[in-house]
Amino acid sequence: MQWTELVVFSILFLLVTVMGFIAARWQKGETLAHLDEWGLGGRKFGSWITWFLVGGDLYTAYTFVAVPALVFGAGATGFFALPYTVILYPIVFLPLVRLWSVARVHGYVTPADFVKGRYGSHWLALIIAITGIFATMPYIALQLVGLEAVLRSMGLNGSGILGHLPLFIAFVILALYTYQSGLRAPALIAFVKDILIYLVILVAIVYLPTKFGGWSEVFNDAQAKFDATPAKGDGILLNANNQLQYATLALGSALALFLYPHSLTGILASRGRNVIKRNMVALPAYSLVLGLLALLGYVAISAGTKPIVNQATGRADTNTIVPELFGHNFPSWFAGIAFAAIGIGALVPAAIMSIAAANLWTRNVYKEYIRKHATPAEEAQQAKIASLVVKFGAVAFIVFIDPQFSIDLQLIGGVIILQTLPAVAIALYTRWFHVWGLISGWVAGLGYGMYLLYQIPSADGKRPHFGGSALALDKLSLFGWHPFAGSTLQIYVGVVAIAVNLIVAAIVTVIARRAKVFNGTDQTDPSDYHVDEDSDRIKPVAAH
Amino acid sequence: MPSDRKANLRWSNWNLLLLVPLLMLITPWFNKDMPRLFGMPFFYWYQFAWVPVGVLCVLLVYVKTKDTPTTKGPDKLGVDELDEGAN
Repeated sequence: MQWTELVVFSILFLLVTVMGFIAARWQKGETLAHLDEWGLGGRKFGSWITWFLVGGDLYTAYTFVAVPALVFGAGATGFFALPYTVILYPIVFLPLVRLWSVARVHGYVTPADFVKGRYGSHWLALIIAITGIFATMPYIALQLVGLEAVLRSMGLNGSGILGHLPLFIAFVILALYTYQSGLRAPALIAFVKDILIYLVILVAIVYLPTKFGGWSEVFNDAQAKFDATPAKGDGILLNANNQLQYATLALGSALALFLYPHSLTGILASRGRNVIKRNMVALPAYSLVLGLLALLGYVAISAGTKPIVNQATGRADTNTIVPELFGHNFPSWFAGIAFAAIGIGALVPAAIMSIAAANLWTRNVYKEYIRKHATPAEEAQQAKIASLVVKFGAVAFIVFIDPQFSIDLQLIGGVIILQTLPAVAIALYTRWFHVWGLISGWVAGLGYGMYLLYQIPSADGKRPHFGGSALALDKLSLFGWHPFAGSTLQIYVGVVAIAVNLIVAAIVTVIARRAKVFNGTDQTDPSDYHVDEDSDRIKPVAAH
Repeated sequence: MPSDRKANLRWSNWNLLLLVPLLMLITPWFNKDMPRLFGMPFFYWYQFAWVPVGVLCVLLVYVKTKDTPTTKGPDKLGVDELDEGAN
């Protein structure tokens, strides 16, 4: 047991717990009994709060432990996280402000709300909502993987169900203050989280490489390690086979990120278009941090860091690489701060994700199908309860089912959330796609994506299915026809699936239009997409 | 189609800058070790160098399209007209 680390960690954890509870009173609106307030923090966050909130939301604890772990294990391919977050903001810059405007005019809380308004189809909205919930759930579970990696590094590495007790306590506390304060809790805590993360990374990136002979030495050590392994895909550079995979994974991930409901929650909670635009300029500061952090995977190789064995599963957990690196090379008090940064880093996104999933459930399932005339107060109450259910579901996932299952599901989650691109992102610009085209495209993209993922074995060859998202082009088949037979080039499955989705959607659209099938009613007006905060057309916050 | 594009999109050529960062996805341009900078292989520092480029592109688009007025009143065109250009 590492007492100094544990004490520092506990003090900081206690601090954010208090902040989480008092957040309910921070910038308080008329009432918390409305989704605009509980689920979107009153829709009035300015540039700074949004920067911390969205940054705290996108760059999660799992990212902070998994990306370096990937670089530690495979090398250059893990570095895709950097190009991913560089191309991300230019891509989403224009669509996000359009979405904000139309959501503000009509009071949309979720992306599925927008789809329903745009196409007048609650079925299309339902599949968007379910896709969102399904993609978010394993993501929440993964935050727990990040938190648990830290807890186990501090010596809380018990076996069996009892071994999960610290995790369970942390999550109960999180669930309680999210229930009470809604989105304001993670927004306030994000300040602490991000400041700690910046502090830790900057110190780590200056101090650790010098300790192991500078970057040059670190990269040479890494290359030597990869040369010694039998695996072909690793190395400090890409090889002929995985370059396409590297680029398409970065692109596909960038297209998918703001389709996740929790990313959009932070955007919809902001005050105006300029807040979003300024953030698209300022958020890459986190990308820089993420890139530097990825390199810590190499530093861990030089430092000879060994992943610790998870007593609950009995396997070495590479996600403990970064916590272990910090634990062995920093003074204990600073290691405590570093652990707290990662631990709190798990709480912020977990809270926002559970709120986003709860909003989807409440707006697009509960109010649509179960209680059509629910009042705003009933909606808020339903969402609060849903957020509890979602969180405890995530804990159960980690405790009772192998965490590997969550990692697999999250991989699938990225591919399936990408399938909502035509209905959510393209629909912001045009209604050319027919509602039946969108539904068919979604089914086709999802089905084909699953089929391809099922065929991919893991890199170590231990598991035959769902072992990764890099597909050898050789395996790409269409009704038994292999267009790229023999090719060992790899590509990201998500990109293939979304291509299939778009093609099917386009074909069905043309057919449906020829047959003059009704295409739903559009509730939005083209001018809605340009409305800003000073307009008299925006819907008052927390009104019916 | 031309009539609805006018109402629906506010295009500025500055927006094309947003495509520039996609160039960093062309891996053959930078998948090499040398020259190193501060001991870091080219592959890594080249990609780090794209972070400020990406920021600059978005910043320019933000600043240059700032003065475009936002629409105040509802449009005069009917919803059906705006909707689908095709057919």
